[in-house]
Amino acid sequence: MTTPSLMVPPVRQSPLHKVGEWWDVRVDRYNAQPTYLKAIWAVLAMVFVYALPLLRLPIITTNQIDFGGVMFDCATFALVALGLNIVIGYAGLLDLGYIGFYATGAYVTGVLTSYHWQWPYFLSLPLAIIVTMITGVILGAPTLRVRGDYLAIVTLGFGEIIQKIANNVSWLGASAGIKNIAHPPSFGKQPNPPFEQGGAFAIPHLQWNGLVPSLDTTHETHVLVFGALDAIPYYWLILTVLILVIIGDRLVKASRVGRAWEATREDEDAAELMGVNTFKYKLMAFALGAAIGGLSGSLYASGQGGYINPQAFMLIYSMLYVAAVIVGGSGNRWGAILGGVIVAYLPDRFRQLGDYRYFIFGLALMVLSIWRPQGLLPPRRARRARAAEAQIDALEEGDVEVTDV
Amino acid sequence: MSDPRPAVLEVDNVTIKFGGLTALNEVTFDIREGEILGLIGPNGAGKTTCFNVMTGVYQATSGQVRFGGKPLGRMRRHKITQLGIARTFQNIRLFKSMSVLENVMVGADAHSRVGIFDALFRTPRHRRTEAEALARATDLLEVVGIKADHDELASNLSYGDQRRLEIARAMATGPKLLCLDEPAAGFNPAEKLKLMELIRKVRDEGYTVLLIEHDMRLVMGVTDRIVVLEFGQKIAEGTPAEIRDNPAVIAAYLGVDEDDAS
Amino acid sequence: MDLGALFGSYDNFLSFTIGGLVFGAIYALVALGYTMVYGVLQLINFAHSEVFMFGTFAVAWVFVALHGTSSAQWSLGRSIPILLVALVAAMCLSAVVALLLERIAYRPLIKKNAPKLIALISAIGASFALSEGMGLRDKFAQWFGLDHKLANYVSPGKARDVYSNPVSILPHHLFSIGGYSVTDVDLTIIVAAVLMMVVLDQLVLRTRFGRGIRAVAQDPESAALMGVNSTRVVQLTFLLGGLMAGAAATLYMVKIGTTKQDAGFTLGVKAFTAAVMGGIGNLRGALLGGLLLGVMESWGAAVFGDQWRDVTAFVLLVLILLVRPSGILGEALGKARA
Repeated sequence: MTTPSLMVPPVRQSPLHKVGEWWDVRVDRYNAQPTYLKAIWAVLAMVFVYALPLLRLPIITTNQIDFGGVMFDCATFALVALGLNIVIGYAGLLDLGYIGFYATGAYVTGVLTSYHWQWPYFLSLPLAIIVTMITGVILGAPTLRVRGDYLAIVTLGFGEIIQKIANNVSWLGASAGIKNIAHPPSFGKQPNPPFEQGGAFAIPHLQWNGLVPSLDTTHETHVLVFGALDAIPYYWLILTVLILVIIGDRLVKASRVGRAWEATREDEDAAELMGVNTFKYKLMAFALGAAIGGLSGSLYASGQGGYINPQAFMLIYSMLYVAAVIVGGSGNRWGAILGGVIVAYLPDRFRQLGDYRYFIFGLALMVLSIWRPQGLLPPRRARRARAAEAQIDALEEGDVEVTDV
Repeated sequence: MSDPRPAVLEVDNVTIKFGGLTALNEVTFDIREGEILGLIGPNGAGKTTCFNVMTGVYQATSGQVRFGGKPLGRMRRHKITQLGIARTFQNIRLFKSMSVLENVMVGADAHSRVGIFDALFRTPRHRRTEAEALARATDLLEVVGIKADHDELASNLSYGDQRRLEIARAMATGPKLLCLDEPAAGFNPAEKLKLMELIRKVRDEGYTVLLIEHDMRLVMGVTDRIVVLEFGQKIAEGTPAEIRDNPAVIAAYLGVDEDDAS
Repeated sequence: MDLGALFGSYDNFLSFTIGGLVFGAIYALVALGYTMVYGVLQLINFAHSEVFMFGTFAVAWVFVALHGTSSAQWSLGRSIPILLVALVAAMCLSAVVALLLERIAYRPLIKKNAPKLIALISAIGASFALSEGMGLRDKFAQWFGLDHKLANYVSPGKARDVYSNPVSILPHHLFSIGGYSVTDVDLTIIVAAVLMMVVLDQLVLRTRFGRGIRAVAQDPESAALMGVNSTRVVQLTFLLGGLMAGAAATLYMVKIGTTKQDAGFTLGVKAFTAAVMGGIGNLRGALLGGLLLGVMESWGAAVFGDQWRDVTAFVLLVLILLVRPSGILGEALGKARA
């Protein structure tokens, strides 16, 4: 007896699919290495990412606005996207008002460290996280019981309400906002250039003449001084937080909790009948996401400017956050981070496009969702499942040769 | 008909109405420990409704379902599962984008008390439960015979293996009662034979099994006792031999639909 | 908080109520676009607010074209001839935008059976592009060297600012209820909106098209097997939604008189809220939800101050969803009572 073998033709894919494949190959190669090499690579990559704003590499460096500030924004967006990815990507809950949690975190820090009290920054941070988490529970507990789509509108309303409250309540600074928010404590004294060195030591930046680098000693970053002059220490702080959150995210995802989220997202009824308390896990994801939103908001508030106002928390940014997660690849933490960085970086890098920026951004979102609906870096399993589906489709359409061997 | 074994699940006078339609009308039966009970009836007889009321998907309009003597009432569905009732689905409902092993592990997590802090700090408790769940899941995949595919995506399995995976996932929740909703739907005769073996094997592992099935040969071949429903009413109950000769059943069921009776 | 402002006198109460009904009627018309698309596709048509926004510009453009840019104050009666042209223009433009939206942003995704979340992102992208595109209309005109010829329409250099209808329509006292003076403008808006919704309701309930819409809403697969062309039905849904948004835009311009490229956003969010409140997918629910939302937020503004208008609206939404998760009238585009 002969067995028919199926020759499945290569499935036609858009060029963007290459991004996911490229990433897979890198991940595989990385994982194939012995542990000590893996550790070395990870450390090198981390050093590189920390050093990015000092290196000021050509092409990627923004020239019209401070690159350190841009990197800070990118890291903030990455953190926000990572938090929202837990809500949208893992638990499958559509949160359109994530900016509300971000704003809550920022305002808790603003009120505690400047506007009404003079707490040191690192005391306000945990409180900001706790307050946003409680806000998340209060908002989520009633709405997560009803159908998923309503969560979208309720969170949208929440985002709008928070902004209106910030804008109208004088206890929160109203439309003028809050200034002089406490910075994290510096190590060493503030620099007084060009005469006095600040911090423990100073690192000069690089400057590029074409492809030739040289040291730029007129611009130095003082370690570790959180002042108004240099955004880079703030970038390092938020990057450190980002790395810690990534580690936490990994641990939780690869546990019973992560499985429960995934099962709930896939089929809520089936998950419930397999003993998963779906409501509890949805609320957990929602509150955890809220807490990370509050964490990033608090870090943002104490950033270089030490200033927040309601205009920074427009509802439209919420849409950008959702876009970041989906564009990057909902459900994959690296995808979400990539999406966050892209959404923060592109408008800044292409300032010269001026008013066209958001128009082009909108078109790009549309094109991307139609062309590559699963995002740039979807979770690995989704990639495998989709490849299998594509093969099955190809089989059904009959463009497969069945040959007897 | 006196059976010394204790009843695992008692369906006591259960009526369910959807609007004006009575889907179940005062149905009473019980399932005894260690047996395989078949629940049969023509299409629309109320089998799946009966199933859903047992697993907490629907609430009984009147009457009671008791599990181990405890009324299920308005208990949340995941609680019912933790109490010891597990089920499979007529139209397969796996977690498609999770791996085969992960699907079973979701079931195995049903009794785990591990929370987010255990996960974050990788406490000994986390490591222990994770290892137990893994061992249990691997064992069950072995029992149903799809261990080799443990790393495959659930949606990539063949139809028959997806049904097997559903059974393994349900067993992983550690049930006292395992409810199978038409597990042989879409199977060929060879696969049905294998399924019968599997069901017996499951019973021999100490589970009590409730089987809803269309295929009479399978039901007659594997069950210890059978309950027959028609138009939401129980019309007969007994051993396969008794049911085969029951005139009411023949009239209502076998006579109506000869394909199924064959 | 000032309860006296609302309940102090019967007249105040009435005036806030009627003022709320006027906006509520506009919300209701826009809500139709959300509710119908949701009913048929289970998709939040996020860019519908821009369909409305294009309508408001069409109204202003028609006035500029037929009247000129000199500002004037007319009575409703005197504006009616131009207003009718504007209504047709706004309905047409909104319908075209809605149909383009369906064709470009949604259909490729519906065909691929993409997750709803992706369609929402596409909708958000379309919304950005449409609203920013309107704010860039001077630049686009410049590409063709038309910016000066069309200066009155594209406002070179000021395309992102407020754009006004040169003719402001002065309301006239018609009759009084209690002590509240009901104006012709208010009455026209409420009556026109309710009338249009009744027509639409009957259309969906009684015509062949309507049956198609209900069939697809209930069960797309069976409807396809029964020979209903679902693409055609989806198009029709967007067309009707666009027409109603155009009508809403006209009424909005009669009342407000100015617009902006981001005028749709908040109104869109509220209209969607109205749709959810009434029971999404339910046409009569949209009317009820819209009117209720308008009245409640007007009361809220009276009691808590105008800056709390939107907050009242959303708090109300959350409360209603808690008590009645499927909206006041339930979700039912597919059910017999459309």
